[in-house]
Amino acid sequence: MKIRSLAAVAAIAALALTGCSGSANDASDPSAGKTLTYWASNQGTSLDNDKEVLTPQLKKFEEETGIKVNLEVIGWNDLQTRIQTAVTSGQAPDVLNIGNTWAASLQSTGAFLPFDSAALDAIGGKDKFVKTAMDTGGVPGEDPTSVPLYGLAYGLYYNKAMFKDAGLTPPTTWEDMVAAAKKLTTGDKHGFALAAGSYTENSHFAFINAAQNGADFFDAEGKPTFTEDGIIDGISRYLDLMQTDKVVDPGNAQYDNATRAVNDFANGKVAMMLTQSNANSSISSQGMKDDEFGVVAFPSPKGGTEVATMVAGINMSIFKNTKNKDGALEFVKFMTSETTQAALDKPFAALPVLAGVTPSFTDDAELAKTFSDIYENKSRPLPLVPAEDQFESTVGKAMNQMFATIASGGTVTKEDIKAALTTAQQAVEAAS
Amino acid sequence: MSASTAVKNTGPAAGATGRKARKPRRQGWWLPYALLAPAVIFELFVHVVPMVTGIWMSFLKLTKMFISNWGNAPFVGLKNYQVALDFDSAVGMGLLKSFGITIAFTLLVVGISWGLGMAAAVALQKTFKGRAIFRTLFLIPYALPMYAGVIAWKFMLQKDNGALNHLIFDNLGLPGDKPFWLIGDNAFISVVIVAIWRLWPFAFLMLMAGLQSIPTDVYEAASVDGAKPLRQWWNITLPMLRPVNISLVLVMFLWTFNDFNTPFVLFGGSQPPAGDLISFHIYNASFLTWNFGSGAAMSVLLLLFLMVVSGIYVLFMNRRKDNA
Repeated sequence: MKIRSLAAVAAIAALALTGCSGSANDASDPSAGKTLTYWASNQGTSLDNDKEVLTPQLKKFEEETGIKVNLEVIGWNDLQTRIQTAVTSGQAPDVLNIGNTWAASLQSTGAFLPFDSAALDAIGGKDKFVKTAMDTGGVPGEDPTSVPLYGLAYGLYYNKAMFKDAGLTPPTTWEDMVAAAKKLTTGDKHGFALAAGSYTENSHFAFINAAQNGADFFDAEGKPTFTEDGIIDGISRYLDLMQTDKVVDPGNAQYDNATRAVNDFANGKVAMMLTQSNANSSISSQGMKDDEFGVVAFPSPKGGTEVATMVAGINMSIFKNTKNKDGALEFVKFMTSETTQAALDKPFAALPVLAGVTPSFTDDAELAKTFSDIYENKSRPLPLVPAEDQFESTVGKAMNQMFATIASGGTVTKEDIKAALTTAQQAVEAAS
Repeated sequence: MSASTAVKNTGPAAGATGRKARKPRRQGWWLPYALLAPAVIFELFVHVVPMVTGIWMSFLKLTKMFISNWGNAPFVGLKNYQVALDFDSAVGMGLLKSFGITIAFTLLVVGISWGLGMAAAVALQKTFKGRAIFRTLFLIPYALPMYAGVIAWKFMLQKDNGALNHLIFDNLGLPGDKPFWLIGDNAFISVVIVAIWRLWPFAFLMLMAGLQSIPTDVYEAASVDGAKPLRQWWNITLPMLRPVNISLVLVMFLWTFNDFNTPFVLFGGSQPPAGDLISFHIYNASFLTWNFGSGAAMSVLLLLFLMVVSGIYVLFMNRRKDNA
């Protein structure tokens, strides 16, 4: 008897376990017309924080137009899969945020509403956006399927006190940066923190370091060219921060998102980090004050091209099958209006995507100037090709492995990098 | 709801054919069919339809260009299979490596889980004080929500602040550097250990239930004849548990070979090559590159392999039973 009841309990437990896999999402309400479903990405310090920031704006939109917006904030780990599922099933929100680097890839699914001239007019015209930001909307020469919402850029954050104590000034070249990092690596402190286990961050820096060498991951026809010398040298230079310069703690190979590097920086464990401009709110939530750190452009090696960041940021898209196209366009117009942007840029530490608007993400004029300069003058868009997402996943994951090899005591030579990139390129070619 | 419609549909229609037949059927003969119908219909929906869809997908070029409108995806015949099985290419080589890792993983996990489950079941076969406590304790990993259990392991296996390295190096004072457990080659050991931790209570539960059906007088007779415990286990316990073991090992093999949750939760988005189990590999191959046709082809190959292995296993076991 005892056994039987035990077995029954186990069976019930097993059923409960299998039953708890996620419930289907009831994104689009058939009684639409006066409602919109909006998937927002995680821009604030937490998903709840995003809700708190966005809710008053959505209320305002409802008062103005009578359209109720059902908000769901989705974390970055899930967003891409959720979008894939939505595209596949047609069970999609009306409006959503996307990482702007995915724009061309998502455009090629054909599931998103192209912003033709009529649609652009409905949201206030193409010219209201900064051109750099607007260019990320989709494949060049076609109607974009997304418009910019928040602008972001990478910066080199440094700890002012640590630099001052060591008698250092903020670096302006790669060589200076490495020298400073070496000087600041003592005991259990390190010169640098990297999200070396995050494939997105790794792919971004593969791109930026290659761009500093004048190399591109795709040619003019959109064919992958992953094994160019400039790319291999760029990746090698970045890996060497951990491998030969030893200014990065090998433990960073397990940092699968930027937050962990930000925490190390805010807690004074490292002197420098590379992160996007929206890290400010996370830094201060960890107790580091705004005047305790500075930001400069991520420097190029001497003689290299001055590229400090890719054009990072968040775009907004409308699903083609929305039952409330006019409402959706109205909502995009509202979210990209000057008043809403002014209200959101500060809590989300976003750079302005509207032309002629002064940055409001920080009270620090110098910081605002630095990031505006990086965003407008030292940025390159990631490849605007349909295979961009595959570039991120294959090259980024290959770099994860290379960092893992280095961290666990192995070495990664340029031949190894070339071999890994050849494999990545074959995978991209096989899928296209 | 579908149960009642099923009854309505099958009932009168089947009754009509029954009347035409020469032999009059017994009244209410259709009832068992009607009662089975909902289950059969659900089975079709839950298992057969997705499986057939998956097989159909494997012949399509279902990339991101086509997933919003599947009907437009071009038919490519066996191309997806060719790519998956071309071991000179990166895709085929990756699949082959992952297959090898999964075989090693499955053999280790099933073998060790079965051994542990058997040892624990035999140890708890005789009644003694506190037996219930051990039984409950051993079943905890099985009762824990999978995600919670594996994520706890993920925290314990961190390099710098994980409990395992803390125990080995800080508390026990082992010399040397703290190793990584979730990246590099150690990832394989980690995923094997976590999978065993999850699976062995199931083997324990099944074997314990099986042991209850062995009459105690067989053991008593054996010990009168002078058989030691090991001999008793080999000559009585093992043969009498044979029916349980046949299905237990097959089920554990299938579950372990297909294990997706353990590597997915343990490694997150960046799976190390040493822990690249096949379900997870296929998921990455299709979702990261949006190439669902290729992923479906790999899944069909996996299905074929598991069907062949299971078939041979069942045939072999039945033949041995007939000979015996």
